[in-house]
Amino acid sequence: MKPEIITGAEIVIRSLQKESVKFVFGYPGGAVLNIYDAIFKQTQFKHVLVRHEQAAVHAADAFSRATGKVGVALVTSGPGATNAVTGIATAFMDSIPMVVISGQVPTHAIGQDAFQECDTVGITRPCVKHNFLVKDVNNIASTIKKAFYLAATGRPGPVLVDIPKDITAEEAEFIYPKTISMRSYNPVIKGHTGQINKAIDLLVNAKKPMVYSGGGVVLGDASESLTNFVNELEFPVTSTLMGLGGFPASDSKFQGMLGMHGTYQANMAMQECDVLLAVGARFDDRVIGNPDNFLAKPKKIIHIDIDPASISKRVKIDVPIVGDVKNVLDEFILTYKDIKKTHDKSITSDWLKQIKEWADKDCMAFKDDGSQIKPQRVIQMLHKVTNGDAFVTSDVGQHQMWAAQYYAFDKPRRWINSGGLGTMGVGLPYAMGCQLAFPDSQVACVTGEASIQMCIQELSTCKQFNLPVKIINLNNRYMGMVRQWQEFFYGNRYAESYMDALPDFVKLAESYGHVGMKIEKSSDIEPALKEAFGPKLKERLVFMDFITDQSENVFPMIASGKGLSEMILAEDL
Amino acid sequence: MRHIISLLMENEAGALSRVSGLFSARGYNIESLTVAPTEDSTLSRMTIVTSGSDEVIEQIIKQLNKLIDVVRVLDLNDGKYIERELMLVKVKASGQYRDEMKRISDIFRGRIIDVSDNTFTIELTGATSKLDAYIDSLDNDSIIETVRTGASGIGRGDRILKI
Ligand SMILES: Cc1ncc(C[n+]2csc(CCOP(=O)(O)OP(=O)(O)O)c2C)c(N)n1
Ligand SMILES: [Mg+2]
Repeated sequence: MKPEIITGAEIVIRSLQKESVKFVFGYPGGAVLNIYDAIFKQTQFKHVLVRHEQAAVHAADAFSRATGKVGVALVTSGPGATNAVTGIATAFMDSIPMVVISGQVPTHAIGQDAFQECDTVGITRPCVKHNFLVKDVNNIASTIKKAFYLAATGRPGPVLVDIPKDITAEEAEFIYPKTISMRSYNPVIKGHTGQINKAIDLLVNAKKPMVYSGGGVVLGDASESLTNFVNELEFPVTSTLMGLGGFPASDSKFQGMLGMHGTYQANMAMQECDVLLAVGARFDDRVIGNPDNFLAKPKKIIHIDIDPASISKRVKIDVPIVGDVKNVLDEFILTYKDIKKTHDKSITSDWLKQIKEWADKDCMAFKDDGSQIKPQRVIQMLHKVTNGDAFVTSDVGQHQMWAAQYYAFDKPRRWINSGGLGTMGVGLPYAMGCQLAFPDSQVACVTGEASIQMCIQELSTCKQFNLPVKIINLNNRYMGMVRQWQEFFYGNRYAESYMDALPDFVKLAESYGHVGMKIEKSSDIEPALKEAFGPKLKERLVFMDFITDQSENVFPMIASGKGLSEMILAEDL
Repeated sequence: MRHIISLLMENEAGALSRVSGLFSARGYNIESLTVAPTEDSTLSRMTIVTSGSDEVIEQIIKQLNKLIDVVRVLDLNDGKYIERELMLVKVKASGQYRDEMKRISDIFRGRIIDVSDNTFTIELTGATSKLDAYIDSLDNDSIIETVRTGASGIGRGDRILKI
C-alpha cells in the first residue's frame, strides 16, 4: 500500500475522526487556520462555533459529562488559549476527560514574543492532567492518540495538545497507532482482594453503616453497581454535589446530599456512623467541613478510588482500595454473596430508626405563602414538568444549590455543574453541550442573573445551532450566595453583591432570536414551565426570567471550617 | 522529618517544571533538587530533598507518582541509603588564614583546587550535614563564596531504582 502523505492539519482531523469525535467546539484564529482549512474539507464531525473560547471548553466538558465520551475543543494561540484556561481548570477540578487542541506560533517564532504567542503549555500545566507541545509533524498522530488515552483512563482529566502553525503545514505519513502503552502510566483497575474482604467484613458487622457516594461513581459509570450493592445490604446512602444521580434520589435509602448545604440526616449520619464506605469521593472541605471535627467521632473508613493520591489526603483511611469504582463494587457484590447468609441485617435497625428521626426534622421545608416566587418551588415544578428526566445544568450560587437539593436526580449524568472550581458562566455552554449530545432530550439551564451574564454571548451560538435549551433564570437581583454569606458573617453589609442595571432579559433573548418570558407570580410558575417545555416551543430556546424572593437563603448551611453536626437550619433563624 | 526522594522520569522538555510546579502549587518544601540524564538517555534521575510530616511525605510520593512523566519514585528514607553533595568554597587565604584554611580543609578531606595570592578554592563532597559542619567550622568572615549541588542519593546494596 502506498503511504498516505498528508499535512499536519489533515493529520489532526484524521486523528479526531479515528477517535470517533462527533463534535469539535472551537473558535478560529491565525495559528489554527491550517486546521480550520482541513475542517472545511471534511464532513465526519461537526464544528460548533462558539462566541468565546471559554464556552467552547465548557461545552466540550458538558458533552463529556453527559455522554461519558471525551469532549474536544479547538482554540487559537495566545488569547484563544488564555480564554480557554477557565474552562480547562473547571474540567480539571471535576476530573472530566477532554482534549483541548491549541494553535501555537510557528516553531521558529517560539520564545520571540511573537504576535499572539503565550506559553500555553506553561500556563495550563497546573490545571491539566497532562499537556504536550508537538514539535514534529511525525508526532501529531501519536500525541493525539496519547492525549485521548490519558484523558479517558485512570482518573480522567483534560489533556492539552499545543501545535505550532508550521507543524500543521508540513507533511508526513498518516499512521494512527492502534494501541498505546506508556511505561510511566499504568492506572490500577482491579482492587486488592485482601482489602475487599476486609471491607466486606467491616460492612456486614457495622451497626451504624453509611455510604458516601461521589462524582467518581458517575464518572466511572458505577451507578448501577453501587445501587445493586446498596440494595443487597440495605444501607443508607448520601451523595456529594458531584455524585447526584449516582444513586436514585427517589429510593427511600437515599438521605439526600451531604456537605455545606446537605440535609440534616445526611450530615448527622456521616458524623455519627461507625463504618463509612466512601466511593469515588474525596472528603473535600465543602463536604466534611473540618476534618478534626469529622474524626472526633471514631469510625472505620473504607475508601474506593481510582486515584491513590485521593486516599488519606484529608482524612486517614482504614481500608484503602485503589481501583476502578465499578470494577471494585462488582467485586464487592460477588464477595458479599458468599457470606450473605451470615449477614444479620437487624443489627442496623436502631441506626435506621435514628436516621429516620433526623429526617423527620424535614430540613428542606420552606415557607411559601404564594405572595412571591420561591426559587425552591420553581425547581420542584421544573422536576414535575420535566418528569424528573431532564438534563439540568447550573451555574454557581444559590440557584445551583436549590437545583441540587430540589431536583431529585434518579439517573447519573443528568446533573451537570461545576462543583470543584465553582465557575460562574458554565450553565449556558453546559446546556449547549448536553443539547448537542442529546438533541431530543429536555435540557434546562438553572442559572442566576449574575452567572448567566458571564457567558450570555452563547445565546448566539444557540441560535445558530438551533439548540432549544430552556433557561431558568432565578432572578433575585443579588449575587445571592455572596449576599447570604454577607448576611450571616458580615453583619448584613452587602458589599458589591447587588446586581444593578440588569438587562431586560425578555428583550435580550428576543434580540438573539429566542423566546423570552418574565414570570412574577407564584401561580404562574407551573403554567409557564409547561408552556416552555410544551410542544409549541419544543424547537425554541426559551429564556424564563423568574423574579424570585430576594431574601431567600439556602438551608441547611454549615459555615466554612465548622463540623458536619454544626448546621444552621432555616428554623434556627 | 527530612526525606530524600529519588525518581526516574522521562527525559522530556518540561518534565522538571512539572515536578517543581507540583511542589510550589501544593506548598511542599524543597531543600534541594538535582537532576541529570541517566546512562539510558531517555530517562532523567532526580533527587529531591524535602521535609514534612509522614502524611505530607506520603502525599508527595503519591502526587509525584501521579505525574505522567514520572516512571518510578523511591523514598530513600524507607531503607538504607548513601547521600553525597558537592560543594565548592572560595575562602580568604592570606596571611594568618592560609595555614588555618589548609588545616581545616584536610580535616574534612577537602581538596584545594584553585589557589591565588589571597584565596583558596576548596572542593568538598559528603553528606549535606558534613558540608554544613565544614561551613560552621569556618570563621564567617573568611568565606568569600560558596556553591553547592544539592544532595544526590542512592540506595545501599540491593535497593535499586531502575526500570
Ligand atoms: C467566575 C466566578 N466569579 C466569582 C464567583 C463567586 N461567586 C459565587 S456565587 C456568586 C454569585 C452568583 O450570583 P447569581 O448568579 O445571581 O446566583 P444566586 O446566588 O443569586 O442564585 C459569586 C459572585 C464565582 N463562583 N465564579
Ligand atoms: Mg442572583
